[in-house]
Amino acid sequence: MKERLLLVTAAFGLLPVSIFAAAPILIENATVLTITNGTIARGSVLVRDGKIAAVGENIKAPAGATVINADGKFLMPGIIDCHSHIIAEAINEGTLSVSSMVDVGDVLNPEDIAIYRALAGGVTTANILHGSANSIGGKCVVVKTRWGKSAEELKFQGALPGIKFALGENPKRRGEVSFGAPSPTPPRYPGTRMGVEEVIREAFTQAKEYQASWKTYEAKKAKGEIAIPPARDLKLEPLVEVLEGKRLVHAHCYRQDEILMLLHVADEFGFKIRTLQHVLEGYKVADEIKAHGAGASTFSDWWAYKVEAYDAIPYNAAIMMKRGVLVSLNSDDAELMRHLNTEAAKTMKYGGLTETEALSTITINPAKQLMIEKRVGSIEVGKDADMVIYDQHPLSTFAKVEKVLIDGQVYFDRNKDIEGRPEKEKEKKLLITKAAEEQKKAAPTGGGSRRPTQ
Amino acid sequence: MNRPTVLSFCGLVLLGTALTCSAADTNTFLLRGATIHTMAGKDIVNGSILVRDGKIAGVGQDLSAPSGVRVIEGKGMQVYPGIIDAGTSIGLSEISGVAVTNDVQEVGKFNPELRASIAVNPESEHIPVTRANGITSVLALPDGPLISGQASLIHLDGWTTDQMEVKRSTVMHLRMPAIGGAGGRGEGRFGARGSFDEQKKTFDKDVADLNNFFEEARRYKQAKAAHSPGFKPDLKLEAMQPVIDGEEPVLITAVRERAIRDAITFGDKQKLKIILCQATEAYKVMDEIKSHNIPVVLGPTLALPLEEDDPYDRPATTPGELYKAGIKFAIASFSNEFSRDLPYQAAAAVAFGLPKEEAMKAITVNAAQILGVANTVGTIEEGKSADFMLVDGDPLLEQTQIKQLFIKGNDVNLDNKHNRLYEKYMNRPK
Repeated sequence: MKERLLLVTAAFGLLPVSIFAAAPILIENATVLTITNGTIARGSVLVRDGKIAAVGENIKAPAGATVINADGKFLMPGIIDCHSHIIAEAINEGTLSVSSMVDVGDVLNPEDIAIYRALAGGVTTANILHGSANSIGGKCVVVKTRWGKSAEELKFQGALPGIKFALGENPKRRGEVSFGAPSPTPPRYPGTRMGVEEVIREAFTQAKEYQASWKTYEAKKAKGEIAIPPARDLKLEPLVEVLEGKRLVHAHCYRQDEILMLLHVADEFGFKIRTLQHVLEGYKVADEIKAHGAGASTFSDWWAYKVEAYDAIPYNAAIMMKRGVLVSLNSDDAELMRHLNTEAAKTMKYGGLTETEALSTITINPAKQLMIEKRVGSIEVGKDADMVIYDQHPLSTFAKVEKVLIDGQVYFDRNKDIEGRPEKEKEKKLLITKAAEEQKKAAPTGGGSRRPTQ
Repeated sequence: MNRPTVLSFCGLVLLGTALTCSAADTNTFLLRGATIHTMAGKDIVNGSILVRDGKIAGVGQDLSAPSGVRVIEGKGMQVYPGIIDAGTSIGLSEISGVAVTNDVQEVGKFNPELRASIAVNPESEHIPVTRANGITSVLALPDGPLISGQASLIHLDGWTTDQMEVKRSTVMHLRMPAIGGAGGRGEGRFGARGSFDEQKKTFDKDVADLNNFFEEARRYKQAKAAHSPGFKPDLKLEAMQPVIDGEEPVLITAVRERAIRDAITFGDKQKLKIILCQATEAYKVMDEIKSHNIPVVLGPTLALPLEEDDPYDRPATTPGELYKAGIKFAIASFSNEFSRDLPYQAAAAVAFGLPKEEAMKAITVNAAQILGVANTVGTIEEGKSADFMLVDGDPLLEQTQIKQLFIKGNDVNLDNKHNRLYEKYMNRPK
């Protein structure tokens, strides 16, 4: 197993050059899609110390700068995927209806090849979410796709942590009463959308009490009175953080009724839903979503894979955007994640969004939803130098990614990837031969287990 | 619609207003002034297509409308043949996650007598949704562990399954036994489980059963021809006759290299006309596929590489490599809800080395040729079904809009569940 991991790392180990004393990089002659400040037909972007230092038409390369000539190419901000499960070694702590005590950030696998593949699809930031098995799921983390770095180094420093909620079919599946067929044993509450609402309301009722008990304690302490701190509750702590706006709620939802339900519950308890995830019927309640101030992070055109997705339409993003909702497109899938640019293009076909509006759904809008828009999501001076070079306009189905920079370092280079393939192939053959020899040695009689060695 | 229906319908309308009939609801017309991408030779600039009774009666630059035939102006528009998705469960499945809406998989390992179009639901919401993006016919494909049945090519228009059928018994679907996971669509359902030894046992049994079944079909043929005493008709073995005679192609799902090689060997041994299906690792077997002249139906280009250490762009480069090797291939969605995105699956291969023209062929003429229906569909040529679309650009690009779609010469309504809900909720009062 260890050898296999090494192999994989080696095969794709385009390890970025050291961050120390990195030379400035000038990307010149590109069509620069800034997203927030229009398009520069023949522009340049200067990168210094991992940040965008200048954007314009005539930027001279400083002494010692690495120049990337992007003549005929397109430069856009790195793609931000607001819903992904890559890197997470575990997705669902599904045994409880409320599993807010667990954290996806604790189980990141930096050797997940999906990181490199997402990077090669232009993704530089991703919101790694807990699964949707429970009404209130686990804690979530925002990462950058810094392939080759450790789990800790993947994390997007400064991004607020999140928590996953889930409504509808998924969280109620384990509690459903199936007529004529045996129920899952033992069934887990809730089994209906009514129950899902109750679970959330119950959890926040407890969280409010818990929050109050700490406030009482802090107040007493401040007055110098003798005070005993309440027992810490790791399940309720993250919910208190939600109440205090320190943790963002990303809520998996489909049907309009459950969307409204959640917005009402949040209003009642005085917290905000930061993003509605999937939100396939969001177009039916776009005004209500806007009124609450929630963002919507949806698929481009997925539908009909389950009953609650039967009214999903590819116009969802466009309708919500036209009615004033902050909309992003996400992948929820390691494959789809690799071409979010052409997913965004579908919003032009279905609903007539402009090029910039389409691209904003995978750049500045998800950045705003994750409250990291001061750092990423557009090509602006002062922002992190997270950028993608495409050989054609990224909204074209014929486009492919050539280079990807994160924090001003080239993390993906298609030419280098291709150049390195024969060497990797050779190394792979060598490892396979070696493994076969060792297997032979271990079982000289030729009998015994025929299972591959782990 | 067949001709008498149209005529009688027109007759009724004529009583009301003559204009209505000549302007619509007939499958006889002349389309002119468009650039026609026939997929059977050079594009025709400022070209015309004459359609008579749902069939293409002429294609060229200098066609004039016979008297009384309505004219459709196509100036500034592009015309392409209707797209063919050579692998879907459209009509057989409505909501994949709900068992009662699925008629894809029957009980048992040998079901050659089953015919897909029998169970197609003409009212499925997938039909108008899919055709709205230019897909005019699809292969409704039964699936299962070994022989799952006969796939049917259907038009995505028609009042009944009879009207939708292009060819009821298009191909026989066989899933090649495989160790270590079937790969491709259905991997979860059909992938071998358990330890290597357990998988090997299942594999060996399936291979033996498969060979026996084909031998049984041959014995049945002899017994029938010889009028042997005690001969009894058998629906399963009867259905195998066109297959063992090499008349009906066998669409063999074989994803990984080993299964592909097994499929080729099996086809040789049984003297079958085979098509490789979802052959993701076809790039490893190109010499054999080429020398046997076997066509391939590839699955989605926008797919993850099969192996962790495959190049990141592995599925996207395969179509270009097969093209360079001279292997005939089509690209199919193997999906319902994503069938409408088939042109973009083809386009993704263009980004990684397939010529643009070949990408369009992979979802039109090649699919038709591979499925043995090229005399009916796949190109804009005289004598074929008038299945084509008027578009404002390249269908491989997502920004392109379909303006008009014809299936069997009928001006198909592009309305569907999705744009209906769009209209409805865009107009929801604030």
